[in-house]
Amino acid sequence: MSKKHIVLHTAPHVKKPQDVPTIMRNVVYALLPIVAFAVYQFGISVLALVIVTTLACLGTERFFNWMGNKPSSLSDWSSTISGILLALTLPPGFPLWMAAVAGIAGIAIGKAVFGGIGYNVFNPALVGRAFVQAAFPVAITTWTPAFFTGRFSEFVPSSLTAPFMMPPETAEWVKQVAVDGFTGATPLSLHKFQHISTAPFDLYTGMVAGSAGETSALLILVCGLYLVIRKMMNWQIPAWIFVGVVATSGVLYLINPEKFADPVFMLFSGGLMLGAMFMASDMVGSPLTPKGVMIYGLLIGFLTVLIRQFGSLSEGIMYAILLGNAMTPLIDTWTQPRLFGARRKSA
Amino acid sequence: MLALFEKFRKGRFSHGIHPRYHKDATRGKAIQRLAFPPRLIVPVAQHIGAPAKPVVNVGQEVLRGQIIAEADGFMSVPVHAPATGVVSSIGLMPSAAGPKVLSIVIDVYKASSQYVLYGNPVEPETLDHDELIQRVQATGMAGLGGAAFPSHVKLRIPHGKTAHTLVVNGCECEPYLTCDHRVMLEQPQDLLQGIRYALHITGAKRAIVGIEDNKADAATAIKAALKPDDPITVKLVETKYPQGAEKMLLKSLLGVEVPAGGLPIDIGIVVNNVGTLAQLGKLLPKGEGLIERVVTVTGTNVAKAGNYLMPIGTPVRFILEQLGITADHEKVILGGPMMGMSLPSLDVPITKGTSGLLVFQERTFIGEQGETVFPCIKCSRCVDACPMHLNPAQMGWLAGKRHYAEMESDFHLNSCFECGCCSFVCPSNIPLVQYFRIAKAVNREQKGKA
Repeated sequence: MSKKHIVLHTAPHVKKPQDVPTIMRNVVYALLPIVAFAVYQFGISVLALVIVTTLACLGTERFFNWMGNKPSSLSDWSSTISGILLALTLPPGFPLWMAAVAGIAGIAIGKAVFGGIGYNVFNPALVGRAFVQAAFPVAITTWTPAFFTGRFSEFVPSSLTAPFMMPPETAEWVKQVAVDGFTGATPLSLHKFQHISTAPFDLYTGMVAGSAGETSALLILVCGLYLVIRKMMNWQIPAWIFVGVVATSGVLYLINPEKFADPVFMLFSGGLMLGAMFMASDMVGSPLTPKGVMIYGLLIGFLTVLIRQFGSLSEGIMYAILLGNAMTPLIDTWTQPRLFGARRKSA
Repeated sequence: MLALFEKFRKGRFSHGIHPRYHKDATRGKAIQRLAFPPRLIVPVAQHIGAPAKPVVNVGQEVLRGQIIAEADGFMSVPVHAPATGVVSSIGLMPSAAGPKVLSIVIDVYKASSQYVLYGNPVEPETLDHDELIQRVQATGMAGLGGAAFPSHVKLRIPHGKTAHTLVVNGCECEPYLTCDHRVMLEQPQDLLQGIRYALHITGAKRAIVGIEDNKADAATAIKAALKPDDPITVKLVETKYPQGAEKMLLKSLLGVEVPAGGLPIDIGIVVNNVGTLAQLGKLLPKGEGLIERVVTVTGTNVAKAGNYLMPIGTPVRFILEQLGITADHEKVILGGPMMGMSLPSLDVPITKGTSGLLVFQERTFIGEQGETVFPCIKCSRCVDACPMHLNPAQMGWLAGKRHYAEMESDFHLNSCFECGCCSFVCPSNIPLVQYFRIAKAVNREQKGKA
């Protein structure tokens, strides 16, 4: 027989056909419906926001590739995810130049300095958001009414703020376009600062004000489910976060239902769903073992409620996840798997 | 305590993987005899332990079944002539593992009837323990499941220990391979005879045959051949890789964990492979040696895929020629795709531990992925796949930094039996098990120096 060459390779010779870019690409697919709903809800401002943050993230990633004299890592899709996620956590009328800053900061400080994909400690999208939360505290808490008329033909005025300028006052504009009674507040801040509760149905479906992509809890759940079914996401992470949130807020609610929000409201309001499903579940920043994941999830759930109820901010999921990310290496050392056949500790 | 475990056992081990099995091409193919090759390459070290010592000379005529190399001590087994012919050379020949090994090359007589003349018949039931162990050693039997551990060593119960259960491993969890399956289907009598001898030798009270549930017909065949007073039961276990690893199988069958770093006999269990016991059942009463085995030959574009009975020492090139496998750019593997070795040369022979010969066209085999290695994204798939409950991710990082000693002292590197699940699932294509093999070898070398 004629043989040109034989391939030498050490075992195993078979491989599961699912690599990093495949997983990351599917996360992007899962995010697209959420983006579409956000655009439907808030109009072209959000579309521009997504494009700007994604380009900022990709550009920064590529820049650091070039700086480090490494091949382009854009094709692993991870920066695309960071860009889309970042946009979804920002207010719909967030000035685009600030969004670009958030994207650049997220990838540069949150990812590239650690060595790129796999080496980052924190979720890059959340690092970007935390950066602009500190830098632009007013802009990041300026909300836009959902479904305002003309949202597909005009930008929210604040979106197009010139670079390095502060956004204009939007109160007047809001009055013009707003549906009656829009107070420029999210359900969480309504509850926290004005003690007004929002109808549960509106919360589930996303008929409320909020960050671009966090409003429809149900849609986020469905999109997350897609990844769970394709085994590209660890469902235990959001599950434990939900348990942590319900347990903590449940106890508080039982102590004082007047002051504290009920667990269902806590679960479906704000960025909890988006954070739990798509950011806390980021593989890089979460623990390795099921036990570690339990501690991590419960901790994030607990911290979220704590910040929401007792902190000065109305939303707590972002810092809770970042703290969870920071705890992950420690949790991993606590929860090494038990070797098969190792003697169990005598009870 | 064991009985209590058995009541609540789940019939499965945790972790592991579900690769695509690809067994359909050969599972229905009855065992066929392959033609005798014109030349046999018979290594003297086909087992774990001391290599056998050649007792024939170049130019000497050998008869099929005759001892051509003697066991060198207890941790060794003899080698028998797989065919009648003449010894044409004794020297270093290529092996599957890479380095050349001492082999006896036999030019096979074309016109020979290949009748086995050598034998020392006996009734095993009449012999005592030590005599039986000697008899098993004389057959040259080494585990046919792949590891090729001398069978008589496995069957001998160390001083101060007793065996209560014999577990017979019929899992064949490696993808593609079906030779054990066919042996169970076609030779249940030989297998049961072998199990009875093994029970007699080990003094175990009962035997359990563990078979993956994708081979339920094999279980039925064995059950049908059972005698009413046989203390032998047949149990189906989940089809999952590496079910056939003995520690995993014991967990599935009995719910027990072999202590880390220990052997099954530490908890009173002896494990043997079905192929080994079927051969033993056939050879022991006749007093003959192991000279042939069943090998699954399959892969992509293998028209005559099947299970072939062939003499030990048959060169791979001859098998491929016989079966008309001629395509270019191939990868040839001895054993299964998870733990087998890809061959550096086609002039490598089939040995006692060879269960499969797989021929692949590289692309269709590896899947659609390239070989790009991404950084670890801590997805934890390897942690969830490792049947030994190790932390391959962490060990992978340490291996990248060459902290091999730490892998052993802090992360149980030596408990890894190299099943390859971690490398199989890794979405970053990190060669984890390959790292661990290197780490183990380096650690062994370091210890040798110290």
